[in-house]
Amino acid sequence: MSAAARGNREGRWAWRLTGFVTLCVYIFLFAPIIATVVLSFNASMFGGFPMTGFSLQWYGKLLGNEQVLAAFRTSMWIALVTAVITTAVGVVTAYTLIRFEFRGKQMLNTLVILPALVPETILGVGLLVAIKAVDQPRTSLLLVLGHILLAVPYVVLIAQARMVGIRRVYEEAALSLGASRLASFREITLPLLVPAVVAGALLAFTISFDNTSASLFWRPAGVETMPTQILSMLKISISPEINALGTVMILVTVGIPLIGGLLLQGLTRLRRRGNPEEKT
Amino acid sequence: MPDKLTDQTSKPRPSPAGASQAVAGSAAARPGAEGGTPAVEFRDIDIAYGKFVAVRDFSLAIRRGSFVTLLGPSGCGKTTILRSIAGLVDISGGQISIGGRRVDDVPIYKRNIGLVFQSYALFPHKNVFDNVAFGLKYRNVPKADIQRKVRQALEMVRLPGSEKKLPSQLSGGQQQRIALARAIVFEPEVLLLDEPLSALDANMREEMRVEIKKIQKETGITAIFVTHDQEEALSMSDRIVVMNAGAVEQIGTPEEVYETPATAFVADFLGKANMLAGTVSAADQQTATVSLAAGQTVTVASPRALAPGAAVTVVVRPQKLAVGPAATSNRLAGRVVSTSYLGSSAIYEVDIGGRTTIRANTPISGKIAREGEAIDVGFGPADCVLLDENGSRIA
Repeated sequence: MSAAARGNREGRWAWRLTGFVTLCVYIFLFAPIIATVVLSFNASMFGGFPMTGFSLQWYGKLLGNEQVLAAFRTSMWIALVTAVITTAVGVVTAYTLIRFEFRGKQMLNTLVILPALVPETILGVGLLVAIKAVDQPRTSLLLVLGHILLAVPYVVLIAQARMVGIRRVYEEAALSLGASRLASFREITLPLLVPAVVAGALLAFTISFDNTSASLFWRPAGVETMPTQILSMLKISISPEINALGTVMILVTVGIPLIGGLLLQGLTRLRRRGNPEEKT
Repeated sequence: MPDKLTDQTSKPRPSPAGASQAVAGSAAARPGAEGGTPAVEFRDIDIAYGKFVAVRDFSLAIRRGSFVTLLGPSGCGKTTILRSIAGLVDISGGQISIGGRRVDDVPIYKRNIGLVFQSYALFPHKNVFDNVAFGLKYRNVPKADIQRKVRQALEMVRLPGSEKKLPSQLSGGQQQRIALARAIVFEPEVLLLDEPLSALDANMREEMRVEIKKIQKETGITAIFVTHDQEEALSMSDRIVVMNAGAVEQIGTPEEVYETPATAFVADFLGKANMLAGTVSAADQQTATVSLAAGQTVTVASPRALAPGAAVTVVVRPQKLAVGPAATSNRLAGRVVSTSYLGSSAIYEVDIGGRTTIRANTPISGKIAREGEAIDVGFGPADCVLLDENGSRIA
């Protein structure tokens, strides 16, 4: 047998092994999601395998569950408000950090990212303690502020990465042509930042919609978000209704960024065929 | 260093408060427009970035309608000067006026200047029309006029009908034309060009050079052009401001700076002149005999009587040197070190002794001298410039 053929056979085995490991990783990653989705259609009274038949009854039950609907509404509006405010704050912060030189810039840079590094539980307790110290009640506003705190670092990072690619000459050109600083930001910088704005908003929405541990600390008495609602339902039993609720959550947190991404792609294709990084 | 700032007559510069300014511009070109306020005027400009002084004591007045080039190596402060006119760089001392109006405190978007960048800087998300119309929009020009002016500007840069295209669909040269149209369409007081040709390939550069100059003449706009390319500077400018290390070395017409460099730097930067060091051995009112360090003696024209023993440098352009039998005066015997054949002419590097190599660029007549051949080079007494020991032209 020639050395080449032997090498080929070894290569084939290595390739098979890689394939097998990859498959295992994917099964490990997606099994929980698939199990949740599949079991949400189970006719059985128990929230686990085996499947006894196909049924939509658990979705029907969800729609009739006033508590779940309230939690869904709460999560939606909190995530929306969080996304809007976080994106605005994040983009302006990133713009400032990239475009201007000022004292304490490095410090601000670190401080902005810090909430992403501190464990969520600590942040949860911390904000609560702070609120207690100034003698304020736990309101939905606190919940929104908390979620903004959690999401801002990610939006800043995304916007900064995009901002670096937008060369300063575009703004200088706009200024030289007679646009004020605000006008050149609005007409030049912001449109070029759109991909980062959309990505940041989607991420902020998802972070807020998903958040569990910090929300447990921050929610006002009697208010549930989707994740906390699921947690409290789990305390009673593992009902198949929870699988249905889980599927809805997966749909929202995966579906919204997906739709957003597709929209953005379509928009980009419509408006231009190059972007500032590709064309210099 | 006031002695570094030299106008074309090389008079010592008066005190900073003095009214006399170095004036760059085409004095003879538009006699009717004389005596008006300069389009752009710098008075004793200092610009510093932290502790680094980028420009010091820069004074210049630029005539309306003239094409002035700031020429120098990278880091000489030329781009800094240009950006200070635009308001993109803060000056730390002195004052800048555009059309007689002081602009030190005027923000960039109120200065009414047209700016063309090396990297074009067309807005990538706007089409050609919106790019060119941008400046008009912010000047509240009526819609119908915007349409007309944009069309005219695109015709001027020879890209009519490209309104709907996006910058990414255009070549580099086309993008720079659009950038030029965008900068002139609103009739700014000054057009600032920051190395606009450097990003283009060689053929396109040549074409754009002619184009820019033509458009500047047609519109009569005052243009300030920054480059490190001497060929661009010589071929396009009414006046050239040669800069080095944040200060002006010489201001003059292309012919003046090339033929009579005021300093050793200018002689070297423009066209790599031969610099022959020596000492004056004999002199009268019109001529000086110089013993070169290379061991040979030349007699050259001198503007005044020089003191024997004075250290001087004889500056001779490669094009002024005659080779072989054509070398009739100031013959220097040497040996060819290398020959570059350029078709219509040839460049010889000739060793004339004393570790001195001299460069001659001559039209080809007869056979070409090869490496190692003994050869004579020579130049006319008036075909050179004399510099004193400080590297300043003796006048």
